[in-house]
This record gives sequence, structure tokens and C-alpha cells, in this order.
Amino acid sequence: MHVLVRGAGVAGLTLAHELVRAGVRVTVCDTRSGPAGSASWLAGGMLAPWCERESAEEPVLTLGKSAADWWHEALPGHVVRNGTLVVAPARDRAELDRFAARTSGHEWLEGEAVAALEPDLAGRFRRGLFFPGEAHLDPRLALTALVERLRKAGVRFVCEMEVEADRIADCTGMAAADLELRGVRGEMLLLRTKEVRLARPVRLLHPRIPVYIVPRADHHFMVGATMIESDDDGPISARSMMELLNASYSLHPAFAEAKIVETGAGVRPAYPDNLPRVKRTPKGISVNGFYRHGFLLSPAMAREAATLILNECVEVFDEAHG
Amino acid sequence: MLEVYGEQISSRLLLGTAQYPSPAIMADAVQASGCEVVTVSLRREMAGNRNGGQFWELIRELGVRVLPNTAGCHSVKEAVTTAQMARELFGTDWIKLEVIGHHDTLQPDVFGLVEAARILSDEGFKVFPYTTDDLVVGERLLGAGCGVLMPWCAPIGSARGPANPEALLAMRAEFSGVPLIVDAGLGRPSHAAMVMELGFDAVLLNTAVAKAGDPAAMAEAFGEAVEAGRKAFLAGLLEPRDMAVPSTPVIGKAVFE
Repeated sequence: MHVLVRGAGVAGLTLAHELVRAGVRVTVCDTRSGPAGSASWLAGGMLAPWCERESAEEPVLTLGKSAADWWHEALPGHVVRNGTLVVAPARDRAELDRFAARTSGHEWLEGEAVAALEPDLAGRFRRGLFFPGEAHLDPRLALTALVERLRKAGVRFVCEMEVEADRIADCTGMAAADLELRGVRGEMLLLRTKEVRLARPVRLLHPRIPVYIVPRADHHFMVGATMIESDDDGPISARSMMELLNASYSLHPAFAEAKIVETGAGVRPAYPDNLPRVKRTPKGISVNGFYRHGFLLSPAMAREAATLILNECVEVFDEAHG
Repeated sequence: MLEVYGEQISSRLLLGTAQYPSPAIMADAVQASGCEVVTVSLRREMAGNRNGGQFWELIRELGVRVLPNTAGCHSVKEAVTTAQMARELFGTDWIKLEVIGHHDTLQPDVFGLVEAARILSDEGFKVFPYTTDDLVVGERLLGAGCGVLMPWCAPIGSARGPANPEALLAMRAEFSGVPLIVDAGLGRPSHAAMVMELGFDAVLLNTAVAKAGDPAAMAEAFGEAVEAGRKAFLAGLLEPRDMAVPSTPVIGKAVFE
């Protein structure tokens, strides 16, 4: 069987990987020549299903729990399993209690324990929540490495979207012709400073503007991300930039001296329940609607989608005789 | 029935549409609460949407009346422009007017509020001003053409409940014929019941429902609390006393003071 995967973002690449593992011949097509420019390129790369459960439904936790293992197996060396630290400014400490009440898999830390995890935050927060089971990766390195790995496994990457194949898997995100999808705009910053070191993603709670900061290689920090009900993919707004910078500064004043290496804005594809779906289409399937959970949920959805493609003949047989 | 700007509304609970885990859960909450009016913040969500915007489609499908708001506007000009955009996009002249004076607490700038309310009323808008419990400001807003007042009972999103019930009572007494909707600061259904018992006409909330563990169940609880509070107000509440009074007469018992 030959499967054409449309879309080389995280949804398409994880599905291609699952199909290749099952011995399927795969071609991946995208209008872009590389993963840059996709929504996945702007992702935070947090594998944080317990934290995300605060504002998402249960499947995000049940499907997302195994994501770190999947990524580690697919790309050894990319996943950092240092957990997630959640803190709040003293005046918003009620937010920390609320966050704890809505989540599981965490432990309370006093000030010294926060400092032991993140020495640069010593004395800045009297309490924090630690989610030891969580992990993170650098989405750009991971996507690039996954493309490389798939190429070596014989996957063909092309820029034309019409390729003869037995099945088509549509993983094109916002470009898909799916009327149920809506766009949720996200904006992010890439900062660089040598004056702060973080070993893990840190979430700073705020009643209106919660922000996370994810450490990356070479003193870089990804700061994200806004959530705006809009499919506008234009440049970051001054207000969003101000809010993201303000939050970074509240986490540590040294961020005021950081260099702004990059700003980014993109549109996340989402269904009304903000959960991803695998759907049947006339020529195969579609996998879409990852919202803010691309790296977290694409492994589980890729497994489901691959199983569906591989079992399709069996199911058609069952339907005819059921 | 609540009557605002000539419209009859049977539910006295108005809900905001922000901060829910998903639009699907927001829709569940609106349905569970029985609310008939939802506020929609225009400022950010509208910017740049193609095809009219899928989020708006989801809200339109709810089949409830939309009260667009100018959330996040910090100046008269910004608020007026946003209101004009809202009228065009939603085809309604209702507008919840917010002019924020303090970025952190979201306290209204009441001077700008009165000015913007006058401009918008003159342009034919039906203005729902988000204000404080100050009586003089209320008076000025009515003078500017508002037919309803929406005082806070505590800062937006604080979930503190009525911080100054005496001021709310004074407001109720002062503006006896004006629809008064408590907007902002409610955290629990008991808070909503309390302001309804004071004689307020309706409540508007968002965070307390959107950020609840189960938003739909919480919306339903608020709907019931609002109804209970209203019923209690109409039934006539027993005023509190300083000492215990037996609920059955004590004739025949030797009680002499």
C-alpha cells in the first residue's frame, strides 16, 4: 500500500512515522519545502498533559501521557524529562491554588524547593507546583530530525500536492477544507540571554495572561503563547508583545536585558471541543484540530490514524457482512 | 420578565463567552444556564477573521441574543470605534460599554465612561455601561442616555462577591425604576443569590463559570441561584434582628421580662 500524507507539520510527520513502522510506503507532500512556516514550527514543545488538563478535557491527559515516550523512542536524545514548574506572583497566589485544584500529578514546593530546582528563581517565589512527570523538547530540532529519519527510511518528500496513492491522509491543518475547523491565533517570542538559566518549562500564572517560558539550547527561551479567537496570521501585536515581555520580566528581571531573537504568530487549527479528530474521507482519512496540543497529542492520534488506514479493508469487509 | 431597552428577557443571568476550555463547553454552559443573552468581547477576537469568523458562527448557533462588549478599551475613542465595529458585525445596537481606567484591576474609568456613553447614545446605541457603585456616576450615565446600569460588586475576575453590599443597596434605592445588572466580581452562586435578594434585576458573569471545574454544571447552579434570589426578593425577606425570637407564640409559658 502507498499512502500520501498531505502536510509536513507535526501531525503529518508523526503519522508518516507510524505508517513507515508498519511497513507502508509513504510519500509526504507539502507546499513548503521544510517544516518552517507550519503551526508546529511555532510550538512550545511542552509535553505537559497534567498541566494542560487545567483548561482541557480528560482525553488530553489520557492521550498525552505517552507522548514523551513516543518522542523518545522516535528521536532518542530529544526529550528532556525535567518536569514543569508552575509559579505565580505573590498577589496572584490564589491562581496557584486554583491550578492545583484543577490538575493532578503535581507536588507543592516551598520557596527553598523552588530554588533547588531552579537556582536562578531563588527568593522570587514562596510556593510553586512541580509536575515531575512532564517533559519538553525543541519542536524545530525534533521536526527536522524526524524528516531526516523518515528520509532515511525511504519516505519521499515532494512539493506537489497531487500524487498517485492508494490512500490519502490529510494533515494540512488550517489549509484543510474542513468547515468545522476554526483558527486560534497564537503569538510567541524567542529571547536570548545568558543571565538566566532554566532547566525546565516554567509557567507563570496570571488571571488573564498566563505565560510559559521554555528553555532551549544556546541560552534561548521560547515565550508563549497568546490564545486569540481569530484566524489572522499577521505579525504579533504590540499588546501581545508587551504582555509576553512583561510576564518574562515578572519571572526574572534579567529578561529585560534579553535580546528578542524572533517574534512569531500563527494560527492553530481547532474543532469546537478543542480536541483533535481522525475522520474518514472519501480517499482515506484526515487528522486535524490539534489546537495547542500538536506535539502532545499527535503520537496518539498518529497511532489511531495508522491503525484505521491499515485496518480499512478489514472494516469494509465487516460492514458488508455485519 | 426583565425588560431592558424595550426587550423582554426571561432569564436574569447573562453570561460572558471568554476563557472556557473550548467553545463546545461554552455552548453547554449557555444551554445549561438557560441564559438568553451572552456578551462577546470584540476587541481581539474579531481582528482579521476571514469568512466572518468561525468563533462567531459557533456563538450565532447558540440562538441567544449577543451583547457585544468593548472589553480592553482604555480610551473613549477606542471604545466608540469598537462599538461601531460591533454594530456593523453583529447587526445589533446593544453595546456593553467598558472603558478601563486601570490595567491591573480593570476598574472602570468613569469619566471616560460617561463621555463614551453620551457619544454612543447620541448615535442610537443602547448602552449597557460597566460602572462602579457610585451613585453620582450612575446619575450621569442615565443623563447621558443609558437605560440600564451595570455596577461591579468587586473587581472583574476577583470572585470576591459583594464587597460593599450597603453601596449596592443604596444604588437599588436610588435608581428604583432603572434595570440594574451586577456585572463583575461574583464568584459563587450564593453571591449571585445575594445580589438578587437585594433587588437587582440580573447578574452578568464569566470567569466564575468559565474557570469552574465543570462549567456547564456551574452555569446551571448560577441560573438556579439567580432564580432563587429573585423569588426571595419578590416574596419579601425577613429583616435580621439582634436577638432570637421564637417562631411559635409562647402563651402559657411563664416568660416575663
